[in-house]
Formats: sequence, C-alpha cells, structure tokens
Amino acid sequence: MTNAIADLLERLFGGKLESRDRVKQRLKFILAHDRVALTPQLVAQMRQDILAAIAKYVEIDEEAVEFGLESDRRSTVVIANLPIRGLRHFDPNVSQLELTLSEPEPKAETSEPIP
Amino acid sequence: MSRIVVVTSGKGGVGKTTSTANLGMALARLGRKVVLVDADFGLRNLDLLLGLESRVVYTSLDVLNRECKLDQALVKDKRQPNLSLLAAPQTRNKTAITAVAMTKLVEVLSHHFHYVLVDSPAGIETGFQNAIAGAKEAIIVTTPEISAVRDADRVIGLLESHRIRDIKLIVNRLRPAMVKSNDMMSVEDVLEILSVKLLGVIPDDEQVIVSTNRGEPLVLAEKPSLAGRAYQNIAGRLEGQDIPFLDLDEANRSFLARLWKTLTAKR
Ligand SMILES: Nc1ncnc2c1ncn2[C@@H]1O[C@H](COP(=O)(O)OP(=O)(O)OP(=O)(O)O)[C@@H](O)[C@H]1O
Ligand SMILES: [Mg+2]
Repeated sequence: MTNAIADLLERLFGGKLESRDRVKQRLKFILAHDRVALTPQLVAQMRQDILAAIAKYVEIDEEAVEFGLESDRRSTVVIANLPIRGLRHFDPNVSQLELTLSEPEPKAETSEPIP
Repeated sequence: MSRIVVVTSGKGGVGKTTSTANLGMALARLGRKVVLVDADFGLRNLDLLLGLESRVVYTSLDVLNRECKLDQALVKDKRQPNLSLLAAPQTRNKTAITAVAMTKLVEVLSHHFHYVLVDSPAGIETGFQNAIAGAKEAIIVTTPEISAVRDADRVIGLLESHRIRDIKLIVNRLRPAMVKSNDMMSVEDVLEILSVKLLGVIPDDEQVIVSTNRGEPLVLAEKPSLAGRAYQNIAGRLEGQDIPFLDLDEANRSFLARLWKTLTAKR
C-alpha cells in the first residue's frame, strides 16, 4: 500500500531521479577497475596499505570506509572516503595532528589521479 | 578511397549483424559498392538477415584454401547489385582462419569495393581478433545496458591497442519512455562513459524482427520504420553528410500526447 503511494508520488514528481544516476555510478566504478587492469587482490592490498597509513594518525571507522577506483571520460581516480572515528591520543608522535584535527571533521577525502 | 570497417560489440546479441546488414544495404542504395564479410564463423547469420542464404555456395574459408576464386564466393544481391556478401563457413573450427589471412582477404576486397563491412562475432577471443585484423575503423554497437556498455568499453580499449582509432558508436534498442522514467541510461549517459563519437541511435523496434524473418533489411521497406530511417541516416553520416539525429521520443509519443500538445500549444 505505502509502496504504491510512494511509486505514485515518485512518478508525479519526476521521481526515481537517482536510479539512472546510480547505474551510471556503478558502471563508472566497474569500468575504472576494468581499465586499470588491477586484480581485485591488488586493489584490496592497496586499500589495506592506505588504511594502515592513515590509521597511524587517526582512528578510522572501518565499517564506513568507501574505497575504490572511479572513471570519468578517459581518466581514472582512486576514491577513498575514510570517516574518522577519533584520534589516537596514545600516540605521542601525532600530538601535533591532534590540534589540527580536533575540530569535528567527519571525513577525509583523497583523490589521486592515475596517469 | 575505400574503407574497411569492423562492426563489433563485445557483448553478444546487441545488434551487430542487424546493423551490418542495414548499413550495407543503405550504403549500397546511396550508390556505393559494398561487400559485407561475415566473420562470425560457425554461427553465421548475415546471409539470413539479407535473405541470401540459399545462394551461398562458397565461403571465405574456401577462398583462403584456394578452393574457389574470390568472385565465385561473392554473392551479389539481386535487389541491390551494389551489395555483395562473403559468407562465413559453418565450421566451428576456430583456428580455421588466421588474422594474417583475414587481413589479406579484406585488403584484396578493398580494391574492388568502396566499403568492406566486417560483421564481428561476440566476445574478445580469436574470432573477434580475426574480425578486427584488417580493419581501419570500427563501429561499436551497444545497448543502453550496464553489461553491454561495460563490454563496449573493453572492446574500445582493445581496438585502440590495435591502433584502430577511428571508433564510432551506435546505441541500439533505445526505449525513450524508459529513459524518461529514469529506468534506462540515456544516449548522453552512454556517451559520457565511453567518450567516443556517436554515429546514431536505433530505437527498439519490433519491425527489426519482422525484417529478420523476411530476410529484408529495414532500409528496403517502401516506408521504412523509425529504426530503418535511423539506419539510413547513419549511412548518410558515414558518407560525411551532416544529418541531425532523429527525435525518437517525438515519434514514439502516443496519439493522445500529441493531441494534448496540439490542443495546449499557444496559437
Ligand atoms: N533495434 C532493435 N529492436 C528490436 N530488436 C532488435 C533490435 N536490434 C536487434 N534486435 C534483435 O536482437 C537480436 C540480436 O540481434 P543481432 O543478431 O543483430 O545481434 P548480434 O550482435 O549480431 O548478435 P551475435 O552477438 O549473436 O552475433 C535479434 O533477435 C534481433 O532481431
Ligand atoms: Mg551477429
């Protein structure tokens, strides 16, 4: 019942706006992996390495990590969305970072073009 | 100046053979001498779509094995004498032909025709490699589906690595109503992802099946359907004519919608 109403509303107000975009997004993601021709194992390893590097400084919410490659036109980028849960107060080496990151900073985004 | 063009896709069943048959016929009707080469060994279909299956005696394999002369193997279309077909053998032996032999074959054909159109098999294996071997340019056929576009992207990469840089795209089986309701990627979406030049858009059209059953390409109809007209336009564009893209949506609009538009239009 509620579904039918939701469907109707969507249709009336130009709805399901994202569904086409979602396909496009999925496709860009798949193609990026196809194009760089990295094996899934290598991508997983790269993810692991990047996470490990960041984890030296901040605590990452591993559940919420988004990581992958994405393609637009003919260029491909690494997309990493690594939400920070908290800071590693116990590590004396990053005390400087504590200052800069103590502001509420929900997300760190890196975008590295691959030649 | 002759052109060797491979029609390919990666994914199967997206309309390569339909496109080859219709473009070949349309170009022949524009006065160009055209030969269609079926490179789908073992699964030949092009002769069927053209209604020439009963006249095939020799195939490209017989030519390469020197069992007949090239002109003996060419089937000339009686409806349109500018059009010839070189059929594929029904053998499933994939090593029956080599890329070198294919290259030689299309090269020789290009001395006698304005267009050599090669209908490629699906996939990216030996059959595909042979089909693209002698080609100087490529037409990629895709549908607006995620899997077909993905395979098209893969094939574009392979073509580029074979130094085939002149690559144009046909988007087949478009359903404007589905695009409108956001249930299908639009032509713009596909172009954004593949970033190749658009050659034309063919709507999903049941006349395609009717024409296949009859062995009569759509472009031969007295009043061609929308898909037939789209193929005629593509042939014109290949010939360098500047032809605007058909408004598929307008044509697909129901009678009621057109009536409504007329009634509400400002006078
Ligand atoms: N625009 C269209 N509208 C409706 N049906 C279509 C359209 N284009 C192709 N078809 C149908 O899709 C099927 C596959 O077409 P076709 O044989 O041309 O594809 P193909 O890419 O050559 O396939 P294969 O990879 O097997 O060689 C056929 O049944 C055909 O009638
Ligand atoms: Mg085919």
